[in-house]
Amino acid sequence: MSFVPGQPVTAVVERVEIQKLRQGENLILGFSIGGGIDQDPGQNPFSEDKSDKGIYVTRISPKGPADLAGLKMGDKIMQVNGWDMTMVTHDQARKKLTKKREDVVRLLVTRKSLEEAVKHSKCSYPKH
Amino acid sequence: MDTESTYSGYSYYSGRSRGSHRHGERSRDRHKSRSKDSRSEKSVTINTPPAEPLLGDTAVRGEQVQDDNWGETTTAITGTSEHSLSQEDIVRITKDLEDSVGLDCRRYFTRTLAIILGLLVFLTPLAFLVLPHILWPDKLQSCGTACEGLFISVAFKLLILLLAVWALFFRPARAGLPRVYVFRALLAVLVLLFVISYWLFYGVRILDSQDENYQGIVQYAVSLVDALLFIHYLAIVLLELRQLQPCYSVCVTRSTDGETRHYNLGQLSIQRAALAIIEHYYCDFPVHNPALLSASKSRSAKHLAGLKVYNVDGEFPAAPAEGPGNNAAAGIAHSQSRAMIAAAARRRDTSHNELYYEEAEHERRVRKRRARLVVAVEEAFTHIKRMQEEEQKKAPGDVMDPREAAQAIFPSMARALQKYLRTTKQQHCHSMESIQQHLAFCITNNMTPKAFLESYLTPGPTVQYSRDFWRARQWTLISEASVTSGLKDGTIFLLKCVDFSLVVTSKKIPYIQMSEEYIDPKSHKFVLRLQSETSV
Repeated sequence: MSFVPGQPVTAVVERVEIQKLRQGENLILGFSIGGGIDQDPGQNPFSEDKSDKGIYVTRISPKGPADLAGLKMGDKIMQVNGWDMTMVTHDQARKKLTKKREDVVRLLVTRKSLEEAVKHSKCSYPKH
Repeated sequence: MDTESTYSGYSYYSGRSRGSHRHGERSRDRHKSRSKDSRSEKSVTINTPPAEPLLGDTAVRGEQVQDDNWGETTTAITGTSEHSLSQEDIVRITKDLEDSVGLDCRRYFTRTLAIILGLLVFLTPLAFLVLPHILWPDKLQSCGTACEGLFISVAFKLLILLLAVWALFFRPARAGLPRVYVFRALLAVLVLLFVISYWLFYGVRILDSQDENYQGIVQYAVSLVDALLFIHYLAIVLLELRQLQPCYSVCVTRSTDGETRHYNLGQLSIQRAALAIIEHYYCDFPVHNPALLSASKSRSAKHLAGLKVYNVDGEFPAAPAEGPGNNAAAGIAHSQSRAMIAAAARRRDTSHNELYYEEAEHERRVRKRRARLVVAVEEAFTHIKRMQEEEQKKAPGDVMDPREAAQAIFPSMARALQKYLRTTKQQHCHSMESIQQHLAFCITNNMTPKAFLESYLTPGPTVQYSRDFWRARQWTLISEASVTSGLKDGTIFLLKCVDFSLVVTSKKIPYIQMSEEYIDPKSHKFVLRLQSETSV
C-alpha cells in the first residue's frame, strides 16, 4: 500500500456500501476518518508504511451504518463513489463523504488481511 | 630576587588539632598559650619525612634466604633514589650545622644583592651626566636648550623606572620557594651585563678621550635609561604575562580522602605552579579532617589481622649469586601473597554488610541531630530582635551589643550544636569562642539561622576556620624533575604536608579548532504537523 511516485498503486479492495442514517438534520455514516496529504503521516497508527498519506478509518461507532455495512477500523479508503481518496486533503475527503444529496456511499477499502487472504487462496490451489 | 627560605617562622604541627577539645575555658587558654609559644620561637624547622627505603622488602627477604649471604642479596639504599627530594638532603645537613641562621643569611644576602644592583642601575645615568662636569669642566661645551630638555626626559624616565622596579621586584614576597626564581636571576644577570657594557663604552670612548660634546653624552645617558625601560618591559612579559594564558590543566588529588579538583595554569615552573596550587587548595578543598579516616583504617586492620602466613617448608635453595637468590626470594613472596588472596576470597567475609548497616545508621543519626539543631537555632534566633534608633532612645534599659546578645542566646543551642559536631566528628574544628564570635557576626549582619548554621553543617574550605588551621604550614615539594623546570604534559609531583599530601598531575590543554556557522535569522521557519480526526 505504499506509494511509489510514477508507479500505479495496486491493492486488493473490498466494496462496502453504506446507507446514510438520518439523525435530525444530518446524515451520518458512523465512523471517523484520519489522514490526508496535508496531515502528518507519521502519527497514523493504522498504516503499515509511515509515509502513507491516505485516508484511514480511525473509529467505528458500534451498531452504526458503517459497522453494519462491514467497515473495519484501520481500513484505508481508496475510492468514495468513484472519487479517488488516495491523494486528497483531509477536508476534501470529508466533503466527499458528507454530500447532503447522496444517501448512499460506495467505498472501496483495502486492508492487510485482504492481501493475505488472496495470497493464501493463490497458494492453496495447486496448478492445474 | 627572592630566594627566600622555604618555611615561615611558625613551626608547630597541625596534629595538635586531632586531640579532642572540650568547649570551655580550657580551649581558650590552650589557644593563648600555643600562640605565645609559636610567636617566641622564630626558628625554622624543616620536617623531613623519614627516608622510606624503596626496596626494604628485599632486605628482609635476603635475611630469610641465607644468613651469610645477606651482604650480597641486600640492596643498598643510596641517596639517589627515584623520588629525589631536591633540597632535602642538603638541607638536612645544613640544618645541623647552621640551624636557622643559615637560611636567614641566604634571604638577606639575596635582598642586599638586589638592592646593590638597583642602586647601580639607578645611579649609572646620573654618573654619566655628572662625571664630565667633575673631570673636565673647562673643555666641556655648554648645554643648549635641546640638551636641557633631555635632562627633563632623563629625570622622568628614571622616576618611572624607579617606581616600576619597586612594583615588580621589591614588594614583599608572599612565599618562600625552594630554588632560585630562574627568570629573575637571568634578568639580573642581563641587566648587570648591560650596565657593565655601557660603562665600558663610556670609560673607553668618553672618559679616556675626554669628549667635549656634552649633548652626545646626555643622549647616551638617555639611551641607557630607554634600554633599561625596555628590559623592564621584557621583565613584565616574562614574569607576569607569560603565565596568565592557560596552557596546562592540572589535577590535584588529596591522598587521604581522594578529594580532587582541576585547575588551569599557564606556563609556570614547577615550584611556582606548586605555589599557585597551594593557594587554590586553601580556598577550594574542604578542610582535612583526620577523624573521618579512622573507620577505614580500622576496617583494613581487621582484614590484615584475619590471616597469618606461615612457612611450612623450612629449607631454601642456596643462593650463590644475587640473581637466582633474588628470584627465589621473589617467588616465595609471590606465592605467599597468592595464598593470602586465595584464603581471603574463600573466607565468608561479611564486612561489607557491616559497613552498609553502619553507614545507614550513621546517616540516620546525623539527620536526626541535624533536625534538632536546626530547630534549636531557629528558636534561639527568635529571641533576639534588632532595636531601631528611636526605640533605643525611648527604652534604654537592657540593651545589649552583639557580643552580649550572642552570649545570651548561645546556651539554648549549645547542647544541640555540640552533639551534632560530635556526630559528624567536627568538634575539634570549632571552639566555643569561635562559635560565639560567629554568632555575634551573624547577628550583627542580620543573617538568618540558616546562614549561621551553614558553616557547621558542611565542612568548608580551610580558610573558613580559625587561623591556627591554616596559618602558613610547612609544605614539601617532591618532584622527579627539577623544580625550576617548566610544567610539561605528564608532569607529576607531590606537595607533602604533615598529615597528608597532594598529588598533582598535569596535562596539556589541547589545541582547539573552532569553526563558524552562520544562521540567517530569517531561516527559522516552522510547519504545523497535525493528524486530525473527523467523524462523518
